[in-house]
Amino acid sequence: MFGVVSDLSRWAIPIVLLLVPLIAMVRGVNVFEKFVEGAEAGFVTAIKTIPFLVAMLVAISIFRASGALDMLVGVLSPVLNLVGFPAEVLPHAIMRPLSGGASLGIATDIIKTYGPDSFIGRLVSTMQGSSDTTFYVLTLYFGSVGISRYRYSIISGLCADFTTLIASVYVAHKLFGPT
Amino acid sequence: MVNYIWLGMMVTGVLVAAINGHVEVVTKAALEGAQVAVHTAIDLIAIITFWLGIMKLAETAGLVQALARLLQPITRFLFPSVPKEHPAMGAIILNLSANILGLGNASTPMGLIAMQELQKLNRGDPKEATDAMCTFLALNTSCITLIPTTIIGIRLIYGSADPTEIVGTTIFATAMGMTAAICMDRLLRYLYYRGR
Repeated sequence: MFGVVSDLSRWAIPIVLLLVPLIAMVRGVNVFEKFVEGAEAGFVTAIKTIPFLVAMLVAISIFRASGALDMLVGVLSPVLNLVGFPAEVLPHAIMRPLSGGASLGIATDIIKTYGPDSFIGRLVSTMQGSSDTTFYVLTLYFGSVGISRYRYSIISGLCADFTTLIASVYVAHKLFGPT
Repeated sequence: MVNYIWLGMMVTGVLVAAINGHVEVVTKAALEGAQVAVHTAIDLIAIITFWLGIMKLAETAGLVQALARLLQPITRFLFPSVPKEHPAMGAIILNLSANILGLGNASTPMGLIAMQELQKLNRGDPKEATDAMCTFLALNTSCITLIPTTIIGIRLIYGSADPTEIVGTTIFATAMGMTAAICMDRLLRYLYYRGR
């Protein structure tokens, strides 16, 4: 199962890059011209996200560097320990929606310290693999089209993240068992 | 909502730094954050420009529309406000497929293209998210992942006996998250319109 999926992953983009221009050509599209026409908007789209990303990443950076994140972890960890959630992975859980780079750094550090095949190592791997940087994605996607009122989408994103987190802890306990 | 979260992080950050007696880290952190943001955007230029070109080809050749037609039963349920065979549908499907396969640097440009198409359908305030955008982002951030490529690589580097053993647990966790995302999106949308 994994082999097939992994091969699919490796081949997906090269196949798209082979088939799309070929089929377009067969259907009478001026391929080079159309490519350039589409690509033209790339620069503007990317640059438009800058103010939104700066706003969000500055706030996250200050929040983390000030020690406020560590305080939050200190307050929450005794409570979460009661429900079988190891305190070691809490910084990762809190960082995950905020910053992809930082949470990957935390996950790498935990895997290095406890070993990839320990319970904590497997749990943090599942957590890293299963969730996305919600704040970053929202800021980037909405920013690229100039939307600044997100309505309820932060709440639904965070609820989904929280569900994924609980599911990760549950399935890791079931399959790998804490030792 | 985003106003409160943003303000909360800024204010607590500065206050905590002041209480801890190292208020000077705030200035440095602010600058670093801004730099990371600009670097990210600059890096995006290359990959977005490239995928926008490919997408234009796929769209002109009718491939995006064909894909949208193929997955219509699912997308009609999830995005009732988007006309069938609209380019937004194709881009949404491509973005989610790239996510599922763990192809991070293809999924982001597709997602931005999808947002642009959805914005074209926005009949209300251009600064306010539409229903379809909220649904799309809920799905995007919680999407089922078959191959968490990065973390498998890290497990390999640190000598795991079986780096891919977390694939099953990841699929389970993301499936739960995606279900929750769809339910929450529907529930919050209902509450949103009732509260107005």
